[in-house]
Amino acid sequence: MLILTCPCCGVAAEETELQPGGEAHLKRFGPGSSDDAFEAYMFARANPKGVHFERWRHAYGCGKWFLAARCTATLEVFGTYSAQTKEPPAEIVTKIRAKRPDWAGWSA
Amino acid sequence: MKRYSVFAVAREALRNHQGWDRAWAKADPKPRYDAIVVGAGGHGLASAYYLGRNHGITNVAVIEKGWLGGGNTGRNTTIIRSNYLQDPSAAIYEKSRSLYETLSQDLNYNIMFSPRGVMMLAQTQHEVRGYLRTAHANALQGVATEFIGPERVKELVPIIDTNGPRYPVLGALWQPRAGTARHDAVAWGYARACSAMGMDIIQNCEVTGIRREGGKVTGVETTKGAIGCDRLGIVVAGHSSQLADMAGFRLPIESVALQALVSEPIKPCMDVVVMANTVHGYLSQSDKGEMVIGGGTDGFNNYTQRGSWHHIEETVRALVETFPMLSRLKMLRQWGGIVDMTGDRSPIISKTPVEGVFVNCGWGTGGFKAIPGSGWAMAELMAKGASPLAEEFSMFRFREGKFIDESVAAGVAH
Repeated sequence: MLILTCPCCGVAAEETELQPGGEAHLKRFGPGSSDDAFEAYMFARANPKGVHFERWRHAYGCGKWFLAARCTATLEVFGTYSAQTKEPPAEIVTKIRAKRPDWAGWSA
Repeated sequence: MKRYSVFAVAREALRNHQGWDRAWAKADPKPRYDAIVVGAGGHGLASAYYLGRNHGITNVAVIEKGWLGGGNTGRNTTIIRSNYLQDPSAAIYEKSRSLYETLSQDLNYNIMFSPRGVMMLAQTQHEVRGYLRTAHANALQGVATEFIGPERVKELVPIIDTNGPRYPVLGALWQPRAGTARHDAVAWGYARACSAMGMDIIQNCEVTGIRREGGKVTGVETTKGAIGCDRLGIVVAGHSSQLADMAGFRLPIESVALQALVSEPIKPCMDVVVMANTVHGYLSQSDKGEMVIGGGTDGFNNYTQRGSWHHIEETVRALVETFPMLSRLKMLRQWGGIVDMTGDRSPIISKTPVEGVFVNCGWGTGGFKAIPGSGWAMAELMAKGASPLAEEFSMFRFREGKFIDESVAAGVAH
């Protein structure tokens, strides 16, 4: 079972306690933006086979949103971090690089 | 290709079955083909088959990373139905169902199509209203379905408990001409027919890159070398995003795990397919006697072909309430497949930003039933550049907001 540690309350929560929320660090486009940008924001997900940054909510715990770095090819969890970030924090990126030397890196 | 027939069986019985040919020929890639289809699952093979049969394009290769039919074609719960709400869905799924009816004869391969009837239980008032609406829509679309009451449900499925405290059966949407087929045989039958037309089916050959020149496809790079082509069909379900990435565009797709399981074989107890969408479980009995159970998808991206245990638990817990006799069964096997979910839960059969590249994906949790219709439309699109069946399923519908808002797999609330 997938276990993620909630960075808000510190609980190592099992999957049944958590609500997945899709890809993280999406740049939002709304009214006034181009059709291309809006479509990409709404639908065009990276869906990588490998390192994936994603949103989770500790739904049956503290109720807070947080972010996680996870491998979709192995289900390995690299770490969790605050949702109040615009990009993956340096220590998470370092951890991923150590385990996945071939990883192309995060891009918006 | 030697035809299969009762005479062939008799002939081979007299000579110790020494004379059977291989169903399809082993092939190494040629330098160039008119068309390449990536993915030798049901949809890919059907696309290739109808390219040859309907459009006369037989200089075709079907390239497969693993083995033929080893992905979702071999992992589904084999349900075939066409009781959808929206017109574009009803058109392609009904085409598919009707092709299934004669597919064994068309392919000269017994796919064991069994039109045993599919029943979608209404276990809430919301579902009753929803299925009544679907039944009316189906009547207008020419798809034979009807809404039946709990007495008729009990008559058709004696093992069901219609008076459950939590999930009472209030009625069902009944499609008598829907059913099941042998999933592997569908892939094998198409493969044999493709091979007989001279197409190459190349297994254990992974596509690693897509060659383009001036916005047009020129070929693919594979683990068995580069292969040239004019037209490329990407039909790879869960890995569609990776192939799109190689071609330089993104798809509105996320890959998640969907699971199924089977019980030990028991004597015949249920001769229809039952889907319980409120609790997200499907149940049918295979010809071997196993109870085949399908469940819900996980909510997070996953490529491991393993799903989360709690989904199995939830599915079985709910089904046991509706089918109390299941509680005594041991489960034999459980497995997962990676399904490609689109933004509106309807598939994509489409041209792409790269000229000559076509995608057929996004069938999500309900692709098996669509194999013949999907192949039919994909072949027409690849051969002629347009297909009436595929028109509404363009990948560009998301930009225009022209969704086909249909929770394709189960018709669940959305």
